[in-house]
Amino acid sequence: MSLPRSTSKRSGQGTFSDPQRTLEHLSAAPFGTSEWPHFEARLEEASLLPLRPTGLDILQVNVGYVCNQTCAHCHVDAGPDRKEIMSEETFAEVLRVLREARPTTLDLTGGAPEMNPGFKAFVETVRAEHPADALDIIVRSNLTILESHDRFKALVPWFAAQRIHVVSSLPSVHARQTDRQRGDGVFGASIRAIGALNAVGYGDPETGLVLDLVHNPTGAFLPGDAQALELRFKQELGDRFGLKFNQLLTITNLPISRYLDFLVASGNYEDYMETLIDAFNPAAASGVMCRNTLSVGWDGALYDCDFNQMLDLPIDHPQRHVSDWTAAAVERNIAVRNHCYGCTAGAGSSCSGTIV
Amino acid sequence: MKTYYDPKDLKRFGDIADWDEALAKKFFYWYGAAFEDGALTGREKALIALGVAHAIQCPYCIDAYTQDLLQRGESEEAMMEAVHVAGAIRGGASLVHGVQMMQKAKSLSM
Repeated sequence: MSLPRSTSKRSGQGTFSDPQRTLEHLSAAPFGTSEWPHFEARLEEASLLPLRPTGLDILQVNVGYVCNQTCAHCHVDAGPDRKEIMSEETFAEVLRVLREARPTTLDLTGGAPEMNPGFKAFVETVRAEHPADALDIIVRSNLTILESHDRFKALVPWFAAQRIHVVSSLPSVHARQTDRQRGDGVFGASIRAIGALNAVGYGDPETGLVLDLVHNPTGAFLPGDAQALELRFKQELGDRFGLKFNQLLTITNLPISRYLDFLVASGNYEDYMETLIDAFNPAAASGVMCRNTLSVGWDGALYDCDFNQMLDLPIDHPQRHVSDWTAAAVERNIAVRNHCYGCTAGAGSSCSGTIV
Repeated sequence: MKTYYDPKDLKRFGDIADWDEALAKKFFYWYGAAFEDGALTGREKALIALGVAHAIQCPYCIDAYTQDLLQRGESEEAMMEAVHVAGAIRGGASLVHGVQMMQKAKSLSM
Protein backbone atom coordinates (compact mmCIF):
# COMPACT_ATOMS: atom_id res chain seq x y z
CA MET A 1 0.00 0.00 0.00
CA SER A 2 1.33 3.41 -0.87
CA LEU A 3 1.92 5.82 1.95
CA PRO A 4 -0.74 8.42 2.69
CA ARG A 5 -0.21 11.58 0.70
CA SER A 6 -0.07 15.14 1.93
CA THR A 7 -2.81 16.26 -0.47
CA SER A 8 -6.01 14.78 -1.81
CA LYS A 9 -5.87 13.12 -5.20
CA ARG A 10 -8.59 15.34 -6.63
CA SER A 11 -6.07 18.16 -6.57
CA GLY A 12 -3.50 16.02 -8.31
CA GLN A 13 -3.45 13.05 -10.65
CA GLY A 14 -5.58 10.50 -8.80
CA THR A 15 -7.27 8.03 -11.11
CA PHE A 16 -10.43 7.16 -9.22
CA SER A 17 -10.98 10.47 -7.49
CA ASP A 18 -13.13 11.06 -10.58
CA PRO A 19 -16.60 9.60 -9.79
CA GLN A 20 -17.47 8.99 -13.44
CA ARG A 21 -14.29 7.06 -14.03
CA THR A 22 -14.93 5.00 -10.92
CA LEU A 23 -18.47 4.14 -12.00
CA GLU A 24 -17.26 3.18 -15.47
CA HIS A 25 -14.55 0.95 -14.05
CA LEU A 26 -16.99 -0.69 -11.67
CA SER A 27 -19.47 -1.52 -14.42
CA ALA A 28 -16.96 -2.69 -17.04
CA ALA A 29 -16.29 -6.34 -17.89
CA PRO A 30 -16.10 -8.83 -16.35
CA PHE A 31 -19.18 -7.29 -14.67
CA GLY A 32 -22.26 -8.53 -16.44
CA THR A 33 -21.05 -12.14 -16.71
CA SER A 34 -22.49 -15.01 -14.67
CA GLU A 35 -19.44 -14.93 -12.37
CA TRP A 36 -19.66 -11.15 -11.90
CA PRO A 37 -23.37 -10.26 -11.94
CA HIS A 38 -24.24 -6.62 -11.51
CA PHE A 39 -25.35 -5.73 -7.99
CA GLU A 40 -28.84 -4.93 -9.23
CA ALA A 41 -29.16 -8.46 -10.60
CA ARG A 42 -28.25 -9.94 -7.22
CA LEU A 43 -30.79 -7.68 -5.52
CA GLU A 44 -33.41 -8.78 -8.01
CA GLU A 45 -32.65 -12.45 -7.29
CA ALA A 46 -33.11 -11.66 -3.59
CA SER A 47 -36.44 -9.91 -4.34
CA LEU A 48 -34.99 -6.63 -3.05
CA LEU A 49 -35.13 -4.61 -6.27
CA PRO A 50 -36.02 -1.79 -6.25
CA LEU A 51 -34.36 -1.19 -2.91
CA ARG A 52 -36.60 1.14 -0.92
CA PRO A 53 -36.05 3.13 2.28
CA THR A 54 -37.75 1.84 5.42
CA GLY A 55 -37.71 5.24 7.11
CA LEU A 56 -35.36 7.98 8.21
CA ASP A 57 -33.61 6.97 11.44
CA ILE A 58 -30.15 8.35 10.69
CA LEU A 59 -29.39 11.73 9.19
CA GLN A 60 -25.75 11.59 8.13
CA VAL A 61 -24.28 14.99 7.40
CA ASN A 62 -20.94 15.48 5.72
CA VAL A 63 -19.88 18.93 6.91
CA GLY A 64 -16.88 19.18 4.59
CA TYR A 65 -14.00 17.36 2.98
CA VAL A 66 -11.14 19.21 4.68
CA CYS A 67 -9.10 16.95 6.94
CA ASN A 68 -5.77 17.05 8.75
CA GLN A 69 -5.08 13.52 7.47
CA THR A 70 -4.89 12.01 3.98
CA CYS A 71 -5.55 8.32 4.61
CA ALA A 72 -4.57 5.87 1.89
CA HIS A 73 -8.03 4.28 1.75
CA CYS A 74 -10.22 7.39 2.16
CA HIS A 75 -13.43 7.16 0.13
CA VAL A 76 -13.92 10.92 0.51
CA ASP A 77 -10.46 11.76 -0.90
CA ALA A 78 -10.27 14.16 2.02
CA GLY A 79 -7.21 16.20 2.87
CA PRO A 80 -5.87 19.54 4.08
CA ASP A 81 -6.24 21.04 0.60
CA ARG A 82 -9.96 20.35 0.19
CA LYS A 83 -12.07 23.49 0.27
CA GLU A 84 -15.60 22.05 0.33
CA ILE A 85 -17.20 23.11 3.61
CA MET A 86 -20.83 23.27 4.79
CA SER A 87 -22.15 26.84 5.09
CA GLU A 88 -24.26 28.35 7.89
CA GLU A 89 -27.24 28.43 5.52
CA THR A 90 -26.98 24.71 4.87
CA PHE A 91 -26.54 23.97 8.59
CA ALA A 92 -29.78 25.89 9.13
CA GLU A 93 -31.56 23.68 6.61
CA VAL A 94 -30.23 20.59 8.39
CA LEU A 95 -31.66 21.95 11.64
CA ARG A 96 -35.04 22.22 9.95
CA VAL A 97 -34.88 18.61 8.73
CA LEU A 98 -33.97 17.45 12.23
CA ARG A 99 -37.00 19.25 13.67
CA GLU A 100 -39.35 17.82 11.07
CA ALA A 101 -37.96 14.30 10.56
CA ARG A 102 -37.03 13.56 14.20
CA PRO A 103 -34.43 10.91 13.38
CA THR A 104 -32.89 8.96 16.25
CA THR A 105 -29.33 9.70 15.12
CA LEU A 106 -27.44 12.65 13.68
CA ASP A 107 -24.17 11.32 12.25
CA LEU A 108 -21.61 14.06 11.56
CA THR A 109 -18.78 13.13 9.27
CA GLY A 110 -16.25 14.68 6.91
CA GLY A 111 -13.27 15.12 6.40
CA ALA A 112 -12.59 16.07 9.96
CA PRO A 113 -15.93 17.59 11.01
CA GLU A 114 -14.23 19.55 13.77
CA MET A 115 -12.43 21.63 11.12
CA ASN A 116 -15.66 23.23 9.89
CA PRO A 117 -15.72 26.70 11.56
CA GLY A 118 -19.47 26.38 12.14
CA PHE A 119 -19.27 22.91 13.67
CA LYS A 120 -19.45 23.85 17.36
CA ALA A 121 -22.27 26.35 17.02
CA PHE A 122 -24.26 23.88 14.94
CA VAL A 123 -23.85 21.03 17.43
CA GLU A 124 -24.75 23.28 20.37
CA THR A 125 -27.92 24.39 18.61
CA VAL A 126 -28.85 20.79 17.79
CA ARG A 127 -28.27 19.68 21.35
CA ALA A 128 -30.28 22.57 22.75
CA GLU A 129 -33.21 21.53 20.56
CA HIS A 130 -32.82 17.74 20.95
CA PRO A 131 -31.81 16.29 24.35
CA ALA A 132 -29.47 13.31 24.49
CA ASP A 133 -32.27 10.84 25.20
CA ALA A 134 -34.03 11.94 22.01
CA LEU A 135 -31.11 12.27 19.60
CA ASP A 136 -27.80 10.45 19.44
CA ILE A 137 -25.26 12.89 17.99
CA ILE A 138 -22.35 11.02 16.47
CA VAL A 139 -19.15 12.83 15.63
CA ARG A 140 -16.77 10.82 13.46
CA SER A 141 -13.52 12.15 14.86
CA ASN A 142 -10.23 10.95 13.42
CA LEU A 143 -8.65 11.34 16.92
CA THR A 144 -5.46 13.05 15.72
CA ILE A 145 -7.34 16.32 15.22
CA LEU A 146 -7.96 16.28 18.99
CA GLU A 147 -4.19 16.28 19.53
CA SER A 148 -3.31 18.77 16.81
CA HIS A 149 -3.91 22.14 18.48
CA ASP A 150 -5.12 23.56 21.80
CA ARG A 151 -8.29 24.73 20.06
CA PHE A 152 -9.13 21.14 19.15
CA LYS A 153 -7.86 19.64 22.43
CA ALA A 154 -10.53 21.74 24.11
CA LEU A 155 -13.16 19.81 22.18
CA VAL A 156 -12.68 16.74 24.37
CA PRO A 157 -14.47 18.12 27.48
CA TRP A 158 -16.89 19.92 25.17
CA PHE A 159 -17.80 16.58 23.55
CA ALA A 160 -18.59 15.25 27.03
CA ALA A 161 -20.68 18.30 27.92
CA GLN A 162 -22.68 17.97 24.70
CA ARG A 163 -23.12 14.21 25.25
CA ILE A 164 -21.52 13.48 21.90
CA HIS A 165 -21.16 9.88 20.78
CA VAL A 166 -17.60 9.72 19.47
CA VAL A 167 -16.81 7.24 16.70
CA SER A 168 -13.16 7.06 15.72
CA SER A 169 -11.06 5.06 13.31
CA LEU A 170 -8.29 2.88 14.64
CA PRO A 171 -7.77 0.21 12.00
CA SER A 172 -5.19 -1.77 13.91
CA VAL A 173 -3.66 -2.10 17.36
CA HIS A 174 -0.30 -2.29 15.62
CA ALA A 175 1.37 1.06 14.95
CA ARG A 176 2.91 0.00 11.66
CA GLN A 177 -0.41 -1.10 10.14
CA THR A 178 -2.30 1.97 11.37
CA ASP A 179 0.37 4.41 10.22
CA ARG A 180 0.64 2.77 6.81
CA GLN A 181 -3.05 3.44 6.22
CA ARG A 182 -3.52 6.74 8.03
CA GLY A 183 -0.10 8.42 8.03
CA ASP A 184 3.10 8.52 10.04
CA GLY A 185 2.56 9.08 13.73
CA VAL A 186 -1.20 8.59 13.58
CA PHE A 187 -1.18 5.57 15.87
CA GLY A 188 0.68 7.38 18.64
CA ALA A 189 -1.49 10.50 18.39
CA SER A 190 -4.63 8.35 18.34
CA ILE A 191 -3.55 6.56 21.52
CA ARG A 192 -3.01 9.93 23.24
CA ALA A 193 -6.41 11.17 22.08
CA ILE A 194 -8.18 8.04 23.34
CA GLY A 195 -6.43 8.62 26.66
CA ALA A 196 -7.76 12.18 26.75
CA LEU A 197 -11.27 10.97 25.95
CA ASN A 198 -11.02 8.29 28.64
CA ALA A 199 -9.90 10.96 31.13
CA VAL A 200 -13.23 12.79 30.79
CA GLY A 201 -15.23 9.57 31.04
CA TYR A 202 -15.47 8.24 27.49
CA GLY A 203 -15.44 4.46 27.20
CA ASP A 204 -16.67 3.99 30.77
CA PRO A 205 -20.12 2.32 30.75
CA GLU A 206 -21.03 4.14 33.98
CA THR A 207 -20.72 7.62 32.48
CA GLY A 208 -22.81 6.87 29.40
CA LEU A 209 -20.19 8.68 27.30
CA VAL A 210 -19.71 6.41 24.33
CA LEU A 211 -16.47 6.00 22.41
CA ASP A 212 -16.68 3.46 19.62
CA LEU A 213 -13.67 2.56 17.53
CA VAL A 214 -13.77 1.62 13.87
CA HIS A 215 -11.68 -1.15 12.38
CA ASN A 216 -11.40 -1.25 8.64
CA PRO A 217 -8.91 -3.58 7.00
CA THR A 218 -5.45 -2.23 6.23
CA GLY A 219 -5.27 -4.02 2.90
CA ALA A 220 -7.18 -5.98 0.25
CA PHE A 221 -9.19 -8.20 2.55
CA LEU A 222 -12.45 -8.16 4.46
CA PRO A 223 -12.72 -7.54 8.20
CA GLY A 224 -12.47 -10.62 10.39
CA ASP A 225 -14.99 -11.67 13.01
CA ALA A 226 -16.23 -8.52 14.73
CA GLN A 227 -16.52 -9.99 18.23
CA ALA A 228 -13.07 -11.58 18.14
CA LEU A 229 -11.53 -8.35 16.88
CA GLU A 230 -13.26 -6.32 19.58
CA LEU A 231 -11.93 -8.66 22.24
CA ARG A 232 -8.42 -8.38 20.80
CA PHE A 233 -8.58 -4.58 20.59
CA LYS A 234 -9.85 -4.33 24.17
CA GLN A 235 -7.12 -6.62 25.46
CA GLU A 236 -4.31 -4.92 23.55
CA LEU A 237 -5.37 -1.33 24.23
CA GLY A 238 -6.12 -2.17 27.85
CA ASP A 239 -2.94 -4.12 28.59
CA ARG A 240 -0.51 -1.94 26.63
CA PHE A 241 -1.97 1.53 27.20
CA GLY A 242 -4.65 1.25 29.89
CA LEU A 243 -7.30 2.49 27.43
CA LYS A 244 -11.03 1.77 27.24
CA PHE A 245 -13.66 2.02 24.57
CA ASN A 246 -17.22 0.75 24.14
CA GLN A 247 -17.63 -1.08 20.86
CA LEU A 248 -15.47 -1.95 17.90
CA LEU A 249 -17.31 -1.36 14.63
CA THR A 250 -15.90 -3.32 11.71
CA ILE A 251 -16.35 -1.69 8.31
CA THR A 252 -15.55 -3.14 4.89
CA ASN A 253 -13.57 -0.89 2.55
CA LEU A 254 -15.70 -0.01 -0.47
CA PRO A 255 -13.96 -0.14 -3.84
CA ILE A 256 -14.09 3.55 -4.69
CA SER A 257 -11.75 6.56 -4.67
CA ARG A 258 -8.32 6.03 -3.05
CA TYR A 259 -9.05 2.46 -2.02
CA LEU A 260 -9.93 1.56 -5.62
CA ASP A 261 -6.66 3.18 -6.69
CA PHE A 262 -4.87 0.90 -4.25
CA LEU A 263 -6.76 -2.21 -5.40
CA VAL A 264 -5.98 -1.59 -9.07
CA ALA A 265 -2.37 -0.48 -8.57
CA SER A 266 -1.58 -3.45 -6.32
CA GLY A 267 -3.19 -6.00 -8.67
CA ASN A 268 -5.82 -6.92 -6.08
CA TYR A 269 -8.93 -5.50 -7.79
CA GLU A 270 -10.25 -8.71 -9.34
CA ASP A 271 -9.65 -10.90 -6.30
CA TYR A 272 -11.21 -8.32 -3.98
CA MET A 273 -14.30 -7.88 -6.13
CA GLU A 274 -14.68 -11.65 -6.47
CA THR A 275 -14.49 -11.93 -2.70
CA LEU A 276 -17.23 -9.31 -2.30
CA ILE A 277 -19.41 -10.87 -5.00
CA ASP A 278 -19.01 -14.42 -3.67
CA ALA A 279 -19.82 -13.24 -0.14
CA PHE A 280 -23.06 -11.47 -1.16
CA ASN A 281 -25.49 -12.05 1.70
CA PRO A 282 -29.20 -11.36 1.04
CA ALA A 283 -29.82 -10.92 4.77
CA ALA A 284 -27.19 -8.18 4.90
CA ALA A 285 -28.63 -6.65 1.73
CA SER A 286 -32.06 -6.32 3.30
CA GLY A 287 -30.56 -4.40 6.23
CA VAL A 288 -28.18 -2.03 4.44
CA MET A 289 -27.82 1.39 6.04
CA CYS A 290 -29.13 3.32 3.03
CA ARG A 291 -32.61 2.01 3.87
CA ASN A 292 -32.89 4.08 7.04
CA THR A 293 -30.31 6.80 6.34
CA LEU A 294 -30.26 10.04 4.41
CA SER A 295 -26.89 11.53 3.56
CA VAL A 296 -26.48 15.30 3.25
CA GLY A 297 -23.51 16.61 1.33
CA TRP A 298 -21.48 19.68 2.31
CA ASP A 299 -23.46 21.72 -0.24
CA GLY A 300 -26.83 20.38 0.92
CA ALA A 301 -27.28 17.83 -1.87
CA LEU A 302 -29.06 14.65 -0.76
CA TYR A 303 -27.79 11.10 -1.24
CA ASP A 304 -28.70 7.59 -0.11
CA CYS A 305 -25.32 7.22 1.62
CA ASP A 306 -21.91 8.85 1.99
CA PHE A 307 -20.44 6.53 -0.67
CA ASN A 308 -23.05 7.56 -3.24
CA GLN A 309 -22.27 11.15 -2.30
CA MET A 310 -18.64 10.63 -3.33
CA LEU A 311 -19.81 9.06 -6.59
CA ASP A 312 -22.14 11.98 -7.40
CA LEU A 313 -25.16 9.64 -7.32
CA PRO A 314 -28.00 11.81 -5.95
CA ILE A 315 -31.24 10.45 -4.57
CA ASP A 316 -33.82 9.39 -7.13
CA HIS A 317 -36.39 11.96 -6.05
CA PRO A 318 -37.27 15.51 -7.10
CA GLN A 319 -36.25 16.80 -3.64
CA ARG A 320 -32.52 16.59 -4.19
CA HIS A 321 -31.43 19.38 -1.87
CA VAL A 322 -31.79 19.69 1.88
CA SER A 323 -33.67 22.96 1.41
CA ASP A 324 -36.34 21.06 -0.58
CA TRP A 325 -36.60 18.12 1.80
CA THR A 326 -39.97 16.92 3.04
CA ALA A 327 -40.96 13.57 4.50
CA ALA A 328 -42.07 12.56 1.01
CA ALA A 329 -38.38 12.04 0.09
CA VAL A 330 -38.57 8.62 1.76
CA GLU A 331 -40.66 7.48 -1.23
CA ARG A 332 -37.84 6.73 -3.61
CA ASN A 333 -35.74 3.98 -5.12
CA ILE A 334 -32.24 3.79 -3.66
CA ALA A 335 -29.46 4.27 -6.21
CA VAL A 336 -27.33 1.12 -6.31
CA ARG A 337 -24.22 0.30 -8.33
CA ASN A 338 -21.56 -2.38 -8.05
CA HIS A 339 -19.67 -0.65 -5.22
CA CYS A 340 -22.68 -1.64 -3.07
CA TYR A 341 -21.28 -5.19 -2.92
CA GLY A 342 -19.04 -3.78 -0.20
CA CYS A 343 -22.02 -3.36 2.14
CA THR A 344 -23.54 -6.80 1.55
CA ALA A 345 -20.55 -9.14 1.90
CA GLY A 346 -20.63 -11.67 4.71
CA ALA A 347 -21.99 -10.11 7.89
CA GLY A 348 -22.55 -6.89 5.93
CA SER A 349 -21.09 -3.48 6.57
CA SER A 350 -22.48 -0.11 7.54
CA CYS A 351 -21.27 3.01 9.30
CA SER A 352 -22.45 1.25 12.48
CA GLY A 353 -20.45 -1.90 11.77
CA THR A 354 -21.80 -5.31 10.78
CA ILE A 355 -25.44 -5.71 9.73
CA VAL A 356 -26.29 -9.34 10.59
CA MET B 1 2.58 -19.41 -19.02
CA LYS B 2 1.61 -22.71 -17.43
CA THR B 3 2.50 -23.27 -13.81
CA TYR B 4 2.07 -26.19 -11.45
CA TYR B 5 0.16 -24.02 -8.98
CA ASP B 6 -2.82 -21.79 -9.79
CA PRO B 7 -3.91 -19.48 -6.90
CA LYS B 8 -7.51 -19.81 -8.11
CA ASP B 9 -7.41 -23.53 -7.27
CA LEU B 10 -7.69 -22.64 -3.59
CA LYS B 11 -11.27 -21.45 -4.16
CA ARG B 12 -11.96 -24.73 -5.94
CA PHE B 13 -10.75 -26.85 -3.01
CA GLY B 14 -14.31 -28.04 -2.40
CA ASP B 15 -14.34 -29.58 -5.88
CA ILE B 16 -12.47 -32.61 -4.50
CA ALA B 17 -15.92 -33.74 -3.37
CA ASP B 18 -16.89 -34.20 -7.03
CA TRP B 19 -14.95 -37.44 -7.18
CA ASP B 20 -15.40 -38.67 -3.61
CA GLU B 21 -18.09 -36.85 -1.71
CA ALA B 22 -18.08 -39.04 1.39
CA LEU B 23 -14.38 -38.69 2.15
CA ALA B 24 -14.36 -34.99 1.26
CA LYS B 25 -17.25 -34.38 3.64
CA LYS B 26 -15.39 -36.14 6.45
CA PHE B 27 -12.23 -34.19 5.72
CA PHE B 28 -13.89 -30.76 5.65
CA TYR B 29 -15.85 -31.51 8.81
CA TRP B 30 -12.69 -32.57 10.60
CA TYR B 31 -10.76 -29.60 9.19
CA GLY B 32 -13.39 -27.17 10.46
CA ALA B 33 -13.54 -28.81 13.87
CA ALA B 34 -9.76 -28.73 14.22
CA PHE B 35 -9.78 -24.93 13.82
CA GLU B 36 -12.58 -24.16 16.25
CA ASP B 37 -11.74 -22.34 19.46
CA GLY B 38 -10.81 -24.88 22.12
CA ALA B 39 -7.93 -25.08 24.57
CA LEU B 40 -6.18 -23.03 21.87
CA THR B 41 -7.80 -19.94 20.38
CA GLY B 42 -8.61 -19.69 16.68
CA ARG B 43 -5.86 -17.10 16.40
CA GLU B 44 -3.26 -19.42 17.97
CA LYS B 45 -4.36 -22.20 15.65
CA ALA B 46 -4.06 -19.90 12.65
CA LEU B 47 -0.48 -19.01 13.65
CA ILE B 48 0.33 -22.73 13.96
CA ALA B 49 -1.25 -23.27 10.54
CA LEU B 50 0.91 -20.50 9.07
CA GLY B 51 4.04 -22.07 10.54
CA VAL B 52 3.11 -25.54 9.27
CA ALA B 53 2.25 -24.06 5.87
CA HIS B 54 5.83 -22.84 5.61
CA ALA B 55 7.29 -26.09 6.91
CA ILE B 56 5.43 -28.09 4.26
CA GLN B 57 5.78 -25.25 1.75
CA CYS B 58 2.12 -25.20 0.73
CA PRO B 59 1.48 -22.03 -1.29
CA TYR B 60 -2.29 -22.33 -0.91
CA CYS B 61 -2.00 -22.58 2.86
CA ILE B 62 0.45 -19.66 3.01
CA ASP B 63 -1.98 -17.45 1.07
CA ALA B 64 -4.96 -18.61 3.10
CA TYR B 65 -3.47 -18.20 6.57
CA THR B 66 -1.64 -14.95 5.82
CA GLN B 67 -4.97 -13.43 4.83
CA ASP B 68 -6.77 -15.12 7.72
CA LEU B 69 -4.30 -13.68 10.23
CA LEU B 70 -4.48 -10.18 8.72
CA GLN B 71 -8.26 -10.36 9.02
CA ARG B 72 -7.84 -11.32 12.65
CA GLY B 73 -5.78 -8.15 13.15
CA GLU B 74 -2.49 -10.00 13.57
CA SER B 75 0.82 -8.14 13.29
CA GLU B 76 3.47 -8.80 10.69
CA GLU B 77 5.91 -9.41 13.55
CA ALA B 78 3.83 -12.27 14.97
CA MET B 79 3.44 -13.86 11.57
CA MET B 80 7.17 -13.69 10.87
CA GLU B 81 7.90 -15.20 14.31
CA ALA B 82 5.67 -18.15 13.39
CA VAL B 83 7.62 -18.59 10.15
CA HIS B 84 10.90 -18.54 12.06
CA VAL B 85 9.62 -21.20 14.44
CA ALA B 86 8.72 -23.35 11.42
CA GLY B 87 12.11 -22.68 9.89
CA ALA B 88 13.90 -23.42 13.14
CA ILE B 89 12.13 -26.76 13.47
CA ARG B 90 12.89 -27.63 9.86
CA GLY B 91 16.52 -26.55 10.22
CA GLY B 92 16.83 -28.29 13.54
CA ALA B 93 15.36 -31.45 12.08
CA SER B 94 18.12 -31.47 9.48
CA LEU B 95 20.86 -30.52 11.87
CA VAL B 96 19.95 -33.04 14.54
CA HIS B 97 20.60 -35.71 11.90
CA GLY B 98 24.14 -34.44 12.00
CA VAL B 99 24.49 -36.44 15.19
CA GLN B 100 23.54 -39.57 13.22
CA MET B 101 26.10 -38.61 10.60
CA MET B 102 28.74 -38.12 13.26
CA GLN B 103 27.95 -41.46 14.91
CA LYS B 104 28.03 -43.26 11.58
CA ALA B 105 31.29 -41.59 10.62
CA LYS B 106 32.82 -42.46 13.97
CA SER B 107 31.68 -46.07 13.72
CA LEU B 108 33.27 -46.38 10.29
CA SER B 109 36.43 -44.53 11.06
CA MET B 110 39.67 -45.72 12.60
